Amino acid sequence: MDTKILISVEQLYRYYGHGHTLAVDSISFELAQGEVLGFLGPNGAGKSTTMQMITGNLAPSSGRVRINGIDLLDEPKRAKAEIGYLPEQPPVYQDLTVDEYLDYCARLHRVSKGQRSQALSNAKDRCGLGDVGRRLIGNLSKGFQQRVGIAQAILHSPPVVVLDEPTVGLDPNQIREIRTLIRELGESHGIILSTHILPEVQATCSRVQIIHRGKLVFAETMQQLEQRLSSHALLLETHAALKSSELEQLAGVTRVESLGSNRARLLFKDDNPADAVAACVVSQGWGLVELSLDRQTLEQVFVDLTCSDAPAPSGVAV
Amino acid sequence: MILTIALRELKNLFLSPLAWAIMAVLQLIVAYLFLTQLDTFMLLEPRLAGIEGAPGVTDIVVAPLLQTTGFLLLLIAPAITMRVFSDERRNRTLSLLLSAPVSMTEIVLGKFLGVTLFFLLLLAMLVAMPLSLYAGTTLDAGKLAGGILGLALVLSSFAAIGVFMSSLTEQPVVAAISTLGLLILLWIIDWSGTSQEHVSVLFQYLSLKTHFESFLKGLFSTADAGYYLLLIATFLILSIRRLDQQRLTG
Repeated sequence: MDTKILISVEQLYRYYGHGHTLAVDSISFELAQGEVLGFLGPNGAGKSTTMQMITGNLAPSSGRVRINGIDLLDEPKRAKAEIGYLPEQPPVYQDLTVDEYLDYCARLHRVSKGQRSQALSNAKDRCGLGDVGRRLIGNLSKGFQQRVGIAQAILHSPPVVVLDEPTVGLDPNQIREIRTLIRELGESHGIILSTHILPEVQATCSRVQIIHRGKLVFAETMQQLEQRLSSHALLLETHAALKSSELEQLAGVTRVESLGSNRARLLFKDDNPADAVAACVVSQGWGLVELSLDRQTLEQVFVDLTCSDAPAPSGVAV
Repeated sequence: MILTIALRELKNLFLSPLAWAIMAVLQLIVAYLFLTQLDTFMLLEPRLAGIEGAPGVTDIVVAPLLQTTGFLLLLIAPAITMRVFSDERRNRTLSLLLSAPVSMTEIVLGKFLGVTLFFLLLLAMLVAMPLSLYAGTTLDAGKLAGGILGLALVLSSFAAIGVFMSSLTEQPVVAAISTLGLLILLWIIDWSGTSQEHVSVLFQYLSLKTHFESFLKGLFSTADAGYYLLLIATFLILSIRRLDQQRLTG
């Protein structure tokens, strides 16, 4: 399918101070319609700076940003109309009610008068703000303020939604709701999401980028990542002590590492031999406690790429 | 779009008690001034009646009242303008405007217009007092109109200067103090010129007050109106430049 490129960023640089600190170093990427791009990186890596540049809050030192084919620097007004942005701190006015605030946002984004109330109730429904429309934003909890911020970003149904750490300060239920919302939005829009929370990326994103010291050090689709992460090892735990020799004879199992008397790590090739392992455990009467895939996590990838002092080369093997 | 921002700004002002307090206090003080001025006029009236071309009620009551009101507003204006940009920057709400499809010019003009509308509202309430004199006497409509127009221009200048100062800092109080400082300086800058033999033309031109005075005499000169418009334009352009600069330097 021919997908539309919603954001294209070319060779983006950003210096702070008097050209001494390089916050963003030659970042280029693209975002297509229907993608959710996860932006990862340690604190101060340049995530927020990059997002601020994409949304026109900061001017890049050099480079090019095109939103839906419109150059952000040449035609900022037209380009900005295509974006919804939630900054790190939700830009909400504490003195306004949720309805007043969202109405103002709709006006700022030139939502026509006839569509405004429809857009408002849509955004409120999607972010679970139905009951708090008439309350002052300042009196709402952090989680609700965050939701108002998200509502503000999707209010004018922009093709591109940029969310900077959208689930900060939310409770687990709300986080799940917001993740669902992001996935829903991701079907029709293009979304860039920055976060520290790695499971969030795995749960919501279709592509991952890791940025470290202003450089893009990792960029892969979720499928590629899954493949890379999909492990060839099973973790087994039983009640009774298990014998490695029995397990090693199973088809597909190449090696058994003992992790104590009743725990073992089974390395395998090709197909997952979990059913055979289970059958073996049952027939031997060891009593199955746990049998799971030993996954390499995104966290390990993240740590490998960002913990070394020397910047890792891109596409480094994990 | 400018109007949307302006109306929001105006409504925001009324959400805090500050605007109401300022309106009430100012109304009280100006009413007192108005009454004392009226008393003076009553005292002088019998003597003035005999003199040909003597100053009328407009000269004795309205003009000084408007001039004092101008100075009082100078002291109060910084309290209104200080929050315009510094609050937005401190609360990180400026990014809402920056990421919306509006230009920096529209943002600054909207903010300026919002504050100016508030000042004009304030002015309308205060002008009701001299206008009430129409119940008992007639006023020199030209002088009154000149004075009101002059005061409106003075207030717009206050707004422009305040908006610029507010764009400089994240601290509303710092913005207020520096606005106050600049306004007072511009108000008294002609003093150095008049105290000596040789009048400094430049300083006299720069003064906010000298131009206002000719309006109070009922004189409408394009030079005076031009001064205010130039001043307003200068500070608004400076504000736009300043905010653009912030996008570049972060």
